[in-house]
Amino acid sequence: MVDVAIIGGGVCGCSLLYELSRYDVDVVLLEKENDVSVGTTKANSAIVHAGYDPEPGTKMARYNVEGNAIIKELCGKLDIPYKQIGSLVLAFDEEQEELVKELFRRGTENGVPGLRILTAEEVFSMEPNVSREVKSALYAPSAGIISPWELAIAQAETAVKNGAKMLLNTEVTGIRKTDGGFSIETNGEPIEARYVVNAAGVNCDLINDMLCPHTFTVTPGKGQYYLLDKSQGELVNHVIFQCPSKLGKGVLVSPTVHGNLIVGPNAEPAERGDLGTTAEGMDFVKKMAAISVPNINYRDSIRNFSGLRANTEIDDFIIGETEVKGFFRIAGIKSPGLTSAPAIARDMVKMLEAGGLSLTEKTDFDDSRKVLRFKHLSHAERAEAIRKNPLYGKIICRCETITEGEIVDALHRPLPPCSIDGVKRRCGSGMGRCQGGFCGPRVQEIISRELHVPQASVMQDREGMYIITGETKTGGRQ
Amino acid sequence: METLYDVIVVGGGPAGLAAALEANKSGAQKVLILERNRELGGILNQCIHNGFGLHYFKEELTGPEYAGRFIEQLKDTGIEVMLDTMVLEVSPDKTVHAMNSQNGYMQLKGKAIVLNMGCRERTRGAIAIPGDRPAGIFTAGAAQLYMNVEGYMVGKRVLILGSGDIGLIMARRMTLEGAKVLGCVELMPYSNGLNRNIVQCLNDYDIPLYLSHTITDIRGDKRVEQVVVSKVDENRRPIPGTEMVFDCDTVLLSVGLIPENELSRQSGIEIDRRTNGPVVYENMETSIPGIFASGNVVHVHDLVDFVTAESQRAGKAAALYAQNGEAQGDIFTLENGSCVNYTVPQKVRPSNVEKFVEIFFRVNFVYSNVVIQVSSGGEVLCSFKREHMAPGEMEKIVFPKALFSKIRDGKVTVSVVKEADAK
Ligand SMILES: Cc1cc2nc3c(=O)[nH]c(=O)nc-3n(C[C@H](O)[C@H](O)[C@H](O)COP(=O)(O)OP(=O)(O)OC[C@H]3O[C@@H](n4cnc5c(N)ncnc54)[C@H](O)[C@@H]3O)c2cc1C
Ligand SMILES: Cc1cc2nc3c(=O)[nH]c(=O)nc-3n(C[C@H](O)[C@H](O)[C@H](O)COP(=O)(O)OP(=O)(O)OC[C@H]3O[C@@H](n4cnc5c(N)ncnc54)[C@H](O)[C@@H]3O)c2cc1C
Repeated sequence: MVDVAIIGGGVCGCSLLYELSRYDVDVVLLEKENDVSVGTTKANSAIVHAGYDPEPGTKMARYNVEGNAIIKELCGKLDIPYKQIGSLVLAFDEEQEELVKELFRRGTENGVPGLRILTAEEVFSMEPNVSREVKSALYAPSAGIISPWELAIAQAETAVKNGAKMLLNTEVTGIRKTDGGFSIETNGEPIEARYVVNAAGVNCDLINDMLCPHTFTVTPGKGQYYLLDKSQGELVNHVIFQCPSKLGKGVLVSPTVHGNLIVGPNAEPAERGDLGTTAEGMDFVKKMAAISVPNINYRDSIRNFSGLRANTEIDDFIIGETEVKGFFRIAGIKSPGLTSAPAIARDMVKMLEAGGLSLTEKTDFDDSRKVLRFKHLSHAERAEAIRKNPLYGKIICRCETITEGEIVDALHRPLPPCSIDGVKRRCGSGMGRCQGGFCGPRVQEIISRELHVPQASVMQDREGMYIITGETKTGGRQ
Repeated sequence: METLYDVIVVGGGPAGLAAALEANKSGAQKVLILERNRELGGILNQCIHNGFGLHYFKEELTGPEYAGRFIEQLKDTGIEVMLDTMVLEVSPDKTVHAMNSQNGYMQLKGKAIVLNMGCRERTRGAIAIPGDRPAGIFTAGAAQLYMNVEGYMVGKRVLILGSGDIGLIMARRMTLEGAKVLGCVELMPYSNGLNRNIVQCLNDYDIPLYLSHTITDIRGDKRVEQVVVSKVDENRRPIPGTEMVFDCDTVLLSVGLIPENELSRQSGIEIDRRTNGPVVYENMETSIPGIFASGNVVHVHDLVDFVTAESQRAGKAAALYAQNGEAQGDIFTLENGSCVNYTVPQKVRPSNVEKFVEIFFRVNFVYSNVVIQVSSGGEVLCSFKREHMAPGEMEKIVFPKALFSKIRDGKVTVSVVKEADAK
């Protein structure tokens, strides 16, 4: 029997696993897919929100502002790509100028540091490419951009390094209350646990209903995006938001921490599992984005994608112990969930302790983590890296300058990836303009070699996403 | 520790090979080819079909055979080759930053440089095809790489979007390997591929070509399951009610090539918006003196034979630059007239021209019975009749030096007009 079982390996589950791995407790994370961070955590705006948006007094307000500060520290410690670039909310008319003032008041009440209302001139000098129609803007210097999947992966890796257990390809199908705990049914062996935490993203209601009376339903809200080439990555310097309006929260335009430009999202109802993009959705995103930044060159688009918000009838996160003692939930985690996750995790540890879990800190907890990112090295450092390990001299992904050394390193870390996209999330290979057209086969080959599995069994991403359907008549290299 | 080369060639495809060989023939002593792949030959290595060299060797070769002939010639020339070597930066002072496992991080200096990086394929993201994101969507070249180099099949029931040559070749290749190719879908009312490929790759295998159609939805959770194809109107917008659903596990994209000019942009070379390649002079010199470019990195070629010819000019000019320094003289520019999408070169220095300059260009639509006119100051200097012209087929005309004296204001316009309207 383990002490704590966490269901779901998104940013919420992984943050909690990391926080719990500091203590002498047996903790396991159950994730139905072949990697962590493949749910909503990999498909969102990737903004570390400042925290002026949520209503004061809500859980969202508190965790957002706390999370914003924790992330800054965490990213330094665990070597997660993050940049504090600040955000602007643009106002285009009097009504929106009032809204900006309202957001300023809310933010101040929520404890957001450094908020300022800027004049149009100040905005133009900071952002020469925004629309000249701007009247004023709210500036939040504490907002940032992050690699969302790396926030989850880095914490999961560190937790595993410190003894936490990760069960991938493990789908929870039912939970029963037993004497002294719970029995969790899965597609494999059942798991016995004293405490269970539900962090199953858009499936949090389904997991909840396995033990609790039905009190909320997730109605997924889809958001679609454009991702543009690095050539567009410097079009804006801050996260550019619009005022929330009848049309929704507005479409943002922002650099990504990887140097691209992200534009989106829209908001539309969707089924669980529906991650398709539509012509209407993408047109809407383009039209709305043009209000803030008129000159985006969509010829440089390299990818469209969409993510699902875990919307419920409750306009806040649903966090805490449920009606069933020992069964906890981190549910309804829509935006700003990414920002909030590390703060929620710290609080959840306290709630578990209050619920009877005894916590003693490990004396040998090791949360150092360093990732060699070849392209960020100086010329001298590059030379040195290749001298030490010739695999750093071999570029696999040409668009993003990712070396074989980095890929091999990722494949031997505590939570190794098993798919091409798993490597992509850790190294950035295939993220560039050719979208893995040329490095895909090479990455597949390296995974096959390093993990000793047949090349044809290496998936694009999730289980079932096969690439190779057989051999050609002549087979092998000609 | 900098080594000084006469000519450094970036990229060892057919363009780089021809440029290096010609530079060597033209007197350059120290020539170096830098190639990021494990072998020379560029994209030709995966083109195992016939159809290369008809112009240059007057015989039909496969891609690897065509490349092989040039690689063979490298022997005894003293041209240095570094494989598995990635060029990361070319600075305007002609320092090339490159790296490999053996030599580590290098800074190499060249008196002249030739850029021969080729091009890459446009992807799904570049054209924003709506739908799910399952596995099974490949650019045609990526599928070709899997099949012809790695020896793996990538699908059983295939739909191809775009009728570019690579897509057409792959339609045949996959059919021959036992896959069912359900059709080739083309947005435009005409194909972008060579006519011989339409006949030999589609018609001969009864693969339908759907002109004025596009993919409007891709369905599938893990692997492609269905693709929806719609007819488009004259503004290329899908017409509701015309949807056809194909059950397939694979989509190949052959929707265009983009010259690979990240290095050129970085070094500040002027890029032509229409070709996506460097603006070049008659001798393939870019806007930075001593840096030359040729092949697919300048403009996308259909035939490798022209890549070779163009690159020989670049290689020769690079060798001359290394020996004599900068070319001087007046310049005239080539402007795009009616129906013309771009020209290469974009600029000409008459003092550098012996007898004539060859002008390469593409038209923006399919035309028949037209006349190509080269004019200046309102006067037609020379004209060429064509029965048929299409964007998929690169055009070449020869503009004699004897006519240069008639050029007004340093500008020459290339246009295509109907026979009846020709002056
Ligand atoms: C369009 C959009 C934009 C957003 N933008 C931002 C932003 O800019 N900033 C921000 O702070 N937040 C943003 N968010 C919110 C943020 O992305 C989410 O709140 C966060 O990623 C949720 O993480 P999670 O761990 O709760 O869920 P998920 O990442 O979805 O993880 C849940 C995991 O549970 C697993 N699972 C589900 N069912 C089972 C089962 N039965 N058994 C085992 N495992 C199971 C899933 O496979 C998944 O891996 C955005 C959200 C969306 C949709
Ligand atoms: C699939 C396909 C089918 C074709 N079929 C035919 C046909 O039937 N008949 C015909 O005549 N023509 C055909 N062509 C056209 C012909 O092959 C091309 O025009 C020709 O290969 C272009 O040559 P290139 O040297 O400019 O580019 P490439 O062949 O692409 O070579 C460029 C080289 O530069 C290297 N490189 C790029 N960047 C760097 C860097 N930073 N550092 C180091 N090295 C670098 C690349 O690795 C590559 O080897 C076909 C082309 C394709 C793509």
